[in-house]
Amino acid sequence: MFDILPPAIVDLLIEATRATLYMVAIAAFIGTVIGLPIGVFLATSRKGELFAAPLANHILGLIVNAARSTPFIILVVAIIPFTRLIAGTSIGTNAAIVPLTVAAAPFIARLIEAAIREVDQGLVEAARAMGASPLQIVRKVLLPEALPAITLALTLAVVSLIGYSAMVGAVGGGGLGDLGIRFGYQRFMPDVMLAVVIVLIVLVQGVQSIGDFLARRLDKRNRG
Amino acid sequence: MTDTPAVIRFEGVEKTFPARSGTGAVSALSNVNLSVPEGAIVGVIGRSGAGKSTLIRLVNGLERPTAGRVVVDGTDITALSESGLREARRSIGMVFQHFNLLARRTAYDNVALPLEIAGVSAREIKARVEPLLDLVGLADKRNRYPAELSGGQKQRVGIARALATQPRVLLSDEATSALDPETTNQILALLRKVNAELKLTVLLITHEMAVIKSVADRVAVLDGGQIVEEGRTFEIFARPQHPTTRSFLSALTGATLPAYFVDRLKSDYAPGAQAVLRIVFTGTHATDPVLSRVSRDLGIDINIIQAQVDDIAGEPFGVIVVSVPGDPQTLSSIVASVEGQGHATEVVGYV
Repeated sequence: MFDILPPAIVDLLIEATRATLYMVAIAAFIGTVIGLPIGVFLATSRKGELFAAPLANHILGLIVNAARSTPFIILVVAIIPFTRLIAGTSIGTNAAIVPLTVAAAPFIARLIEAAIREVDQGLVEAARAMGASPLQIVRKVLLPEALPAITLALTLAVVSLIGYSAMVGAVGGGGLGDLGIRFGYQRFMPDVMLAVVIVLIVLVQGVQSIGDFLARRLDKRNRG
Repeated sequence: MTDTPAVIRFEGVEKTFPARSGTGAVSALSNVNLSVPEGAIVGVIGRSGAGKSTLIRLVNGLERPTAGRVVVDGTDITALSESGLREARRSIGMVFQHFNLLARRTAYDNVALPLEIAGVSAREIKARVEPLLDLVGLADKRNRYPAELSGGQKQRVGIARALATQPRVLLSDEATSALDPETTNQILALLRKVNAELKLTVLLITHEMAVIKSVADRVAVLDGGQIVEEGRTFEIFARPQHPTTRSFLSALTGATLPAYFVDRLKSDYAPGAQAVLRIVFTGTHATDPVLSRVSRDLGIDINIIQAQVDDIAGEPFGVIVVSVPGDPQTLSSIVASVEGQGHATEVVGYV
């Protein structure tokens, strides 16, 4: 594939791939740091649960839903002032990380909430019967038992971020999406467009395979 | 009730679950008074919905009573704060019907969990977990995950885990209900063993009279949220008073007669009819030659319809159903003779 593209384009492609990986990795990391505690709280704060706070649960749920129902491309534009505040600019790869993170965090929160809700309530009861505090139950029971599901959830989040990262190209973020739009679309170079799409497919496949592999390794339920 | 001090005491316990949309408030337990003597195995039997699960969860504060007190080892569990309760739970072990083992921890790590929670050092955890795995017969399975263990093995891990913090009390929530009969017997034998070796007081709930018969020193029968009958297991088996108790026992002690026979049974005497008599043999007299003695003394024929000899809480126990001449005079002398030898009788009907 690289043979039929001019060397300059190949360099651009490699550079764009690196930019995409960089944006996705940082957005996924910060998104997880923010989304994980929110997800844990959402999964444990309804009435009668470990950290019962139904009102806070409800309000946080509304905020998460609002963030998730905003189309990404609109979110990118809408939070430009915030992006400037954080990144100092609203254009480029670093700036793109801000909306990516803002989109990823609530998504990851919901995924982690779902993963934790899958943990058998009997385990929570057993841990309570042992004298575990709510924090100990989260640390020693809920998170470890949900880890295979959380791994798959984060895989899904990273795959979605790869897709979103291509969209930030439209508003001046770097990466593969940017390359595809500027060369493939605006200069009408279908071979560049194709190369971008192929790289994206390979990235998504790779991430999904790694995620599936890790989740299988972590899951001890099907060993009988 | 007994001379040994009670380790668990329910005092006038009520539990009502608040109304939810669609249903009114549900009374799960009302006026429950029950003592579990030190070192005893006490069984609570009841149908599903009788309030057993609620009852056992009051002991370690997983449920709070609406009224009354639950005292464990001198501590009023109902008066404790959440953190006081966490402390108290470390001296109350619990095993569950569905084992509730962590799927991503090995047998060893599952047993270690309560010790980690209690903040015990890794070295001491090792010193405590290894002998426990030996005790429950799983030393060779220490690095296995629950998915690699059979139901019985999982429950052994559950029992070892419940014992890890060296509790004085063990709660068993239908621990054998998900197991086959053979495995059930092994797990019950293990419960007896830990009860004897570790001087552990055990409160277990079950819906199977066979479990009570096999391990419980005392039994309480729970029906509609109330204890309708309570006493030494052997006494309850020999002289059940409440209909619920009788129906639990019927499956076990030969109290049910074959259907073809029941169909012919009439409740009143007609001339020439035979009386059907149930005789319960208990304790030291269970092996006496009662029937041949009665037959010889009164010069009558006795026809055995059904007989079963069993062993309940270590004591011999037998039920024989016989038919004898039914005219009132002969019958009353037979009954007098049998009861004179220390056995209980009951006229079931006439054929």
